[in-house]
Amino acid sequence: MNEFAIQVTGLTKRYQQVTAVDHITFEVKKGELFGFLGPNGAGKTTTARMLTGVIVADEGSALVMGCKAGSLGAKQISGVVPEMANPYVDLSGWDNLMLMVELYGAPPKEAKKKSTSLLNDLGLLERKNDKVQGYSKGMKQRLTVCMALLSDPQVIFLDEPTSGLDVQSSRLIKELLGNLNKEGKTIFLTTHDMDEANQLCDRVAIINKGKIVAIDPPEKLRLATSRLRSVEVSFASPVNSEALARLPGVDSVKKQGDKYRLYTAVPGDLVITLSSYASSSGSKMISCNTLVPSLEDAFVALTTKEVKNA
Amino acid sequence: MPEMKIILQQWRRLLGITRKDIKIYYSKGPVVISGILFPIFLALTFTIGRNLPRDSVITGLVGMTLFFAATSVSPMILPFEAQARTLERLMSCPVRLEVIVLGDILASFIYGVAISLILIVIALFLGITISAPVIFGVAILLGALCFAALANIFSVPPTNLPATTNMIGTLVRFPIVFISGVFTPLDQLSGWGRAISYISPLTYFTDIARHSVQNKGYLPAGLDLAVMAAFTTLFVLLAMGLHQRTMTRRI
Repeated sequence: MNEFAIQVTGLTKRYQQVTAVDHITFEVKKGELFGFLGPNGAGKTTTARMLTGVIVADEGSALVMGCKAGSLGAKQISGVVPEMANPYVDLSGWDNLMLMVELYGAPPKEAKKKSTSLLNDLGLLERKNDKVQGYSKGMKQRLTVCMALLSDPQVIFLDEPTSGLDVQSSRLIKELLGNLNKEGKTIFLTTHDMDEANQLCDRVAIINKGKIVAIDPPEKLRLATSRLRSVEVSFASPVNSEALARLPGVDSVKKQGDKYRLYTAVPGDLVITLSSYASSSGSKMISCNTLVPSLEDAFVALTTKEVKNA
Repeated sequence: MPEMKIILQQWRRLLGITRKDIKIYYSKGPVVISGILFPIFLALTFTIGRNLPRDSVITGLVGMTLFFAATSVSPMILPFEAQARTLERLMSCPVRLEVIVLGDILASFIYGVAISLILIVIALFLGITISAPVIFGVAILLGALCFAALANIFSVPPTNLPATTNMIGTLVRFPIVFISGVFTPLDQLSGWGRAISYISPLTYFTDIARHSVQNKGYLPAGLDLAVMAAFTTLFVLLAMGLHQRTMTRRI
């Protein structure tokens, strides 16, 4: 039995002279919460749209639960939350959900029950009969999530679902995603938000300029960027940053306010060296912390490296 | 058998799209009122001072009402939906692209028939008699479908500006009305006028309307219906084929 929910091979999309997505290949396991990260214009939304059948790839192939991406079979088992909330504003929240019931051919009785439960979970039940026109951005996005989940999809595609939302809406959506993943749903999440990816995702892919530059669990990605490990130190009196840069094991030094950040591959050894430096130079050390790179650091390093190489 | 199941599924989804269109775009007071008033005022501009017989005015008026009603809103639906991003939602649903197009055509068809029926009921109250109601009924259904499909073609250019497709529609609709012998029967048109009128589907509808109301059509009613059916098939196939090419370029 196929262990993958999504299989992408050499997927490519061009817009005139620009290659928005350039021969990307990856797999998402069943039940995995997979993050797809990248800066603006990297090709995240284009990839999500090809996987959900909204646009057609120029080259390559993609399978969703073994069905060709964009086929009726693939769409039937997918739920989609696009980049911008897109319920019909002239319809009520409830009518939008009933439209989805018709378009997915869900059994009406169960679908109505599920609609009520989803609206309740996402705090929209009281406003279900109001036209969507009067909903806030967060409410529209929560309704879009309800619309995507109504057909009980096996794979859920979410394109920056919490972007620009208030804390409450964002938290509700994140909680729901966590619960859905626990239930065994496969989730493909494109996001800018490194904290979101770090908290939620089993694995993340980083895409830049249409190409995938890394795929790994967030923790592994962070640690793999070893040259971004650092020691942050502050002294009672000013010290010469050039002298700090000359210390063994230091790759570079950055002054940040009254602190110095020393980048190194061996933070433990550097702490000992700094202690000796402090006593030999007569500068009292006030604080000293070892820092591991955040996912954001890894992301910036990976995408910047690509830009420089380009 | 599985193919039949898919067709039935898609048919139910098509009805869902039609219901959505009617709720959002057609069942609005201003749309219904303008659907009735616009052809009436246009008919007045054609007929005032010409002393035309009442049944002749009614046949032309029904033709224009059906034509304008079935072609008025449809060209703007896809650009509106692309702009509001709801088209992206529809395209990610398990619905064939042709079903989205046919759903829009069906909504336009229903609106065209409903508005024309209002006018026909008024005409009956005014004492107009329809001598061939079955043929007239078939012609209204066929005409509404034909004009709805034609209007859908106006929205093929992949623009997200409803004003652009509306302009294209206006550029096509008015010349069609002028060449179709709406208030001048075909036998009274000059040779070249008649030749030009044959390229318009509205010509055949108004000719059937004259058969049904005035008992004096120019072409055989069967030929009128056959040509309208041919136009309908052509327009439906064109609408589906052309949208297939441009739909994803709207996203």
